[in-house]
Amino acid sequence: MASPLLTAEEQRVFDDRLAEILSHYPSDRKSAAMLPALHLLQSMKGWLPPDGMEMVAHKLEVSPERAYEVATFYVMFHIRKPGKYVVDVCTNLSCSLWGAEDLLAYLEQKLGVTAGESNGTWTLREAECLASCGTAPCLQVNEVHHENLRSRAAVDAVFARLKPAS
Amino acid sequence: MPLAAEKIITRNWGRPDSWTLDAYKGTGGYATLEKVLGMQPAQIIDEVKKSNLRGRGGAGFPTGMKWSFVPKDSPKPKYLAVNADESEPGTFKDRYILENDPHMLLEGIAIASFGLGVHTAYVYVRGEFRFQAERLQKAIDEAYRAGIFGKKLLGRDFALDCYVVRGAGAYICGEETGMLESLEGKKGWPRLKPPFPAVVGLFGCPTVVNNVETLAAVPAILQKGADWFAKLGPDKSGGTRMVCLSGSVNRPGVFKVMLSTTVRELIESPDFGQGMPPGRKVKAVIPGGSSAPVMTADELDVALEFEALKQIQNMAGSGGVIVMDDATCLVRSLWRVSRFYAEESCGQCTPCREGTPWMTRVLRKLEEGRGEEGDIETLLNVAQSIAPYPPMGLGQTICALGDAAALPVHSFVVKFRQEFEDHIRLGKCPFGDKPWGHYGAMTA
Ligand SMILES: Cc1cc2nc3c(=O)[nH]c(=O)nc-3n(C[C@H](O)[C@H](O)[C@H](O)COP(=O)(O)O)c2cc1C
Ligand code: FES
Repeated sequence: MASPLLTAEEQRVFDDRLAEILSHYPSDRKSAAMLPALHLLQSMKGWLPPDGMEMVAHKLEVSPERAYEVATFYVMFHIRKPGKYVVDVCTNLSCSLWGAEDLLAYLEQKLGVTAGESNGTWTLREAECLASCGTAPCLQVNEVHHENLRSRAAVDAVFARLKPAS
Repeated sequence: MPLAAEKIITRNWGRPDSWTLDAYKGTGGYATLEKVLGMQPAQIIDEVKKSNLRGRGGAGFPTGMKWSFVPKDSPKPKYLAVNADESEPGTFKDRYILENDPHMLLEGIAIASFGLGVHTAYVYVRGEFRFQAERLQKAIDEAYRAGIFGKKLLGRDFALDCYVVRGAGAYICGEETGMLESLEGKKGWPRLKPPFPAVVGLFGCPTVVNNVETLAAVPAILQKGADWFAKLGPDKSGGTRMVCLSGSVNRPGVFKVMLSTTVRELIESPDFGQGMPPGRKVKAVIPGGSSAPVMTADELDVALEFEALKQIQNMAGSGGVIVMDDATCLVRSLWRVSRFYAEESCGQCTPCREGTPWMTRVLRKLEEGRGEEGDIETLLNVAQSIAPYPPMGLGQTICALGDAAALPVHSFVVKFRQEFEDHIRLGKCPFGDKPWGHYGAMTA
């Protein structure tokens, strides 16, 4: 049998947190909780597997297509399993004016993965402006922000602090 | 003469633990809320009207007027939706408000809600601001514990709830109706207006949408009075504003400026940008986030203010000022800007959905040395069919993302046409493998 989406304990945690989220919305507007619910699931699973989107849709009383439509619209939701680390590098204008293209090329070489692609450990993506233009260039690793990455040494320091990929 | 403006929104930044309730109260925080609870709600709206506060999210709409559009006797609940999406390229001010002084925003939210008769406020924080969303949530938790939010607003018979909702990576959700769709749990497809959100907004109910900086200015207005705020600015816009300076300047950053400060002063003043890198001159400046038309080095003596920029067919927008020096390739720059709009177009309207990737392809072709005669005309034609310019605001699409994509293309091509023609004539980029100007390369 395929392994279940969440263990019984995890499902309890999910259900409790979802109940709290639903209390933020009018009782006839459950589906408003779609983004928070998908964030919650992704924080537990690392991505949004198909049966996970179905589970969320079921809890919010909408069709699975609704969950899928939302999950595919927003770049932070992963509908395919990403690498252990998702690295989003801003290459928008202000960051490029402070070396972001070099930064991206350096990371491709350092991590051994082409931008836009994934291996088991790394998913490397170009990102749009991350509101760090005054402290450019910048990137995020698994939603944690790093800025002022002007030099290879600064980048190396960020990556040296990551837990080694198991 | 120093140009730095009176500190209003930034007044607590840099104090120890400035983001905590204790620190905020220590400098008089929430005393204004206490005071306004003794006023009539209509008086609050009047004060904000008189202050000439204009929205800091991009459109510069008069805040008090927006508030007065909310129907007074609607049987439906009313909502406040706070725009903390901050995704306009070149803009990075709201994040510092959330990081350094979330309670100033929360006090603004509470005052606005009391004035508007709102009992539920949602703060829509862009998904990438995880740290900022967590810090804001902690501040909200503190405010609940202190009896500010919850069943009774500072002991008065007025319930107020405030919730953080995280986006998930979509520029279009900064557009107010895209944001409302997203808050309703959907993809962020903007709505046709009218009806405007103040009448039909979240869940079909009257909703005020305001930017973070706009609401953070509200406590000071009610504390020091509308006249004080109005007098700080020129005729039609009150206060000071935060501008975000980035690109090729010696000191990028967010600065509080008077609305009379010019683009040139922002770049050159020792209080702000501290000038251009050694040996470099300004080539081009985008004054209001990447959606604004570009300006040439001859246009820099204009004030960073809504009306002044409007007069030169430009916009103050979100306050994002991006500087390109004379070693920067503008074809490469515009290509990157266009790629952003192609990536972020929501796909709802044909001119924008089809036009943005088209312009991006042509710009790539030019930059890669494959440009042909006619390409420049194609660029202008496509931009023109998304949103004719000038003047601004003639877009053919449901929301202004179409205008935002077309304005840079129009203006870069018209104002710097020679550089585009050079790319075609030479069959390559004249800047070779160093297209990004003085600071555009990584160091060891
Ligand atoms: C494509 C697009 C993106 C926008 N992004 C933002 C944003 O990130 N933050 C923001 O406050 N306003 C943004 N706006 C402006 C909002 O639609 C709206 O005018 C603003 O939030 C209203 O608040 P204000 O009156 O306080 O400025 C955007 C508009 C457009 C057309
Ligand atoms: S351009 Fe990279 S953070 Fe704004």
